Amino acid sequence: MNILRRSQAFDPAVAGEALAPALPALPLARPPLGRLGLGLAALMAAAVLAAAVGPANIPLDATVRIVLSRLPGVDLADGLPQAWRDIIWEVRLPRVLLAGLVGATLALAGATYQGVFRNPLAEPYLIGVAPGAALAATAVLVSPVPYAFGGFSVLPLAAFAGGLTAVALAYFLARVGRTVPTTTLILAGIAISSIATSMTSFLMLLDIDRVFNLLAWVLGGFNLSSWDRLAWVAPYAVPAAAVLLLYGRTLNVLQLDDEQAQQLGVNVERTKLLLLGASSLATAAAVSVSGIIGFVGLIVPHAVRLVWGPDHRQLLPMSMLVGATFLILADLLAREVLQPSEVPVGIITSFCGVPFFLYLLRRAQRGVF
Amino acid sequence: MSQPDSLLDVRDVAVAYGPRVALDGVSLSVTRGEVVGLVGPNGSGKSTLIRAVTRVVRLQRGTVRLLGEDLASLGQRDVALRAAVVPQNPLLPEAFTALQVVLMGRTPHLGLLATEGGADLEAARRALEATDARDLAARRIAELSGGERQRVVVARALAQEAPLLLLDEPTAHMDIGHQAAVLALILSLCRDGARGALAAVHDLTLAAQSCHRLVMLHRGRVVAEGPPHDVLTPQRLRQVYGAEAVVFDHPLTGRPVVVPDVAGTAVPSPL
Repeated sequence: MNILRRSQAFDPAVAGEALAPALPALPLARPPLGRLGLGLAALMAAAVLAAAVGPANIPLDATVRIVLSRLPGVDLADGLPQAWRDIIWEVRLPRVLLAGLVGATLALAGATYQGVFRNPLAEPYLIGVAPGAALAATAVLVSPVPYAFGGFSVLPLAAFAGGLTAVALAYFLARVGRTVPTTTLILAGIAISSIATSMTSFLMLLDIDRVFNLLAWVLGGFNLSSWDRLAWVAPYAVPAAAVLLLYGRTLNVLQLDDEQAQQLGVNVERTKLLLLGASSLATAAAVSVSGIIGFVGLIVPHAVRLVWGPDHRQLLPMSMLVGATFLILADLLAREVLQPSEVPVGIITSFCGVPFFLYLLRRAQRGVF
Repeated sequence: MSQPDSLLDVRDVAVAYGPRVALDGVSLSVTRGEVVGLVGPNGSGKSTLIRAVTRVVRLQRGTVRLLGEDLASLGQRDVALRAAVVPQNPLLPEAFTALQVVLMGRTPHLGLLATEGGADLEAARRALEATDARDLAARRIAELSGGERQRVVVARALAQEAPLLLLDEPTAHMDIGHQAAVLALILSLCRDGARGALAAVHDLTLAAQSCHRLVMLHRGRVVAEGPPHDVLTPQRLRQVYGAEAVVFDHPLTGRPVVVPDVAGTAVPSPL
């Protein structure tokens, strides 16, 4: 009799009748405006704070007024010292924006790699993209040829070529028949990363005069920020991010295995190539201006997932906001803790990131992936 | 889409994994209203056949037609609109809820930018009701048992609303109540003649009760095809499975019941 009842239940009329307690709301039928607003507010607050604090402390309200004055038709900066305006506009704002852009990019790329490979360990460094990009950028830096012309630099392109070569090598090394199993891809990525890192070190030793500068760049940081550098990276990072944000629902489906995703109508290999290409382009652009900054791409998506759940339609944009906020604050610390000298921001990200990560891991022992 | 009677037409299909031949000249068909059982020992090619007709593995030879259209001329999304699959032991994301996974069945109906709307939720709701998984909707996959996960996967295939259902061990991990319920559901879905199903079923007795026709695979070839009675004979079970088994008629349905001879002494049926 049970059987009868159950098979009847498929009749839409009967099913409609039985709706008594409503099903849970659609997952993200509407964009998660609340948490996006919260993330955006936190990002703004961090940006203002980071622009205001420094060797010359500028009041928060003055900082906001100086920035807003750049908008056409707004003049709120009357009576504020010209030196403050120069510090904010020429020194701190480009740095804050660059840190935010790189943080958002690395976190988004990390979330995408983790989603595509269904592997919580996947991130720009592990699969060889960032080390490959750093190697190519180092090669350009030690070569005697000029690499930057004002608002254009070949550095991001070289880094992209290096990053893409690395991930393509890993991809083809890992290929078994027509498929690319996750485990072999990660193994290949680690191997390529090691080779790229050794070659980068070797290149740096060849140019002994500049080894310290190169090392500081490889360790990662924003001390060379400028509007020009923002212009180098934005044309690659912004469109790549826009493409990735369109693929949230598809990334959800990819969390099933490849076979199921394919049987649900996703062109799996083509989608993976597109997602890996876009996230590698964004990563390479970020690496070309900031060097290697670890942990952002790994920790930020994890934290977002632990707090707000695994749906990529909110995971991707929230990772960008949290990543930008995190790296802006980390860079602020990097500037401030050992004044007047600077700490490489990668040290700060690891130092803050690891305990936070462990705390989140302890708090949520359940599967979060 | 027109409404051809033939949902699936497989002609002389061969598939190999490297040097190992998994399917070797298989032909079969499924028409609307029909539930066809795919039986055969482990490794006989049942799962490979389901992969081949959804283009997860490449055909070495032969043709597959889905609703009259050559598989080679269909996009991946068109395939998913024609055939929904219940895979064997599928990997499911632990942190997603059952409802989220069932809604993934709507993927072929949605464009890149679309979000699930009322019609999609309604389809998911019907599918959850039909598989007795309504109460699981809000629970995370990590909290579900094997049988409950299987019901979620069946619900996802129903939400896909494709005319052809391809099921690979749909009753795996299920208790006897849900086994019967899922097979009865598949039969009732196909009864009105809009859908048809091809189901790989390990349990021969269950296959005989629930399928109109059986196709028996052995080493990648079709060795028998027809009504359950004609396919499930003791001689063939010995030849294909290497098993001594007793086959007798179900007292109510008259369909064959297969009992392996565990003790090694074939006891005549009491009926």
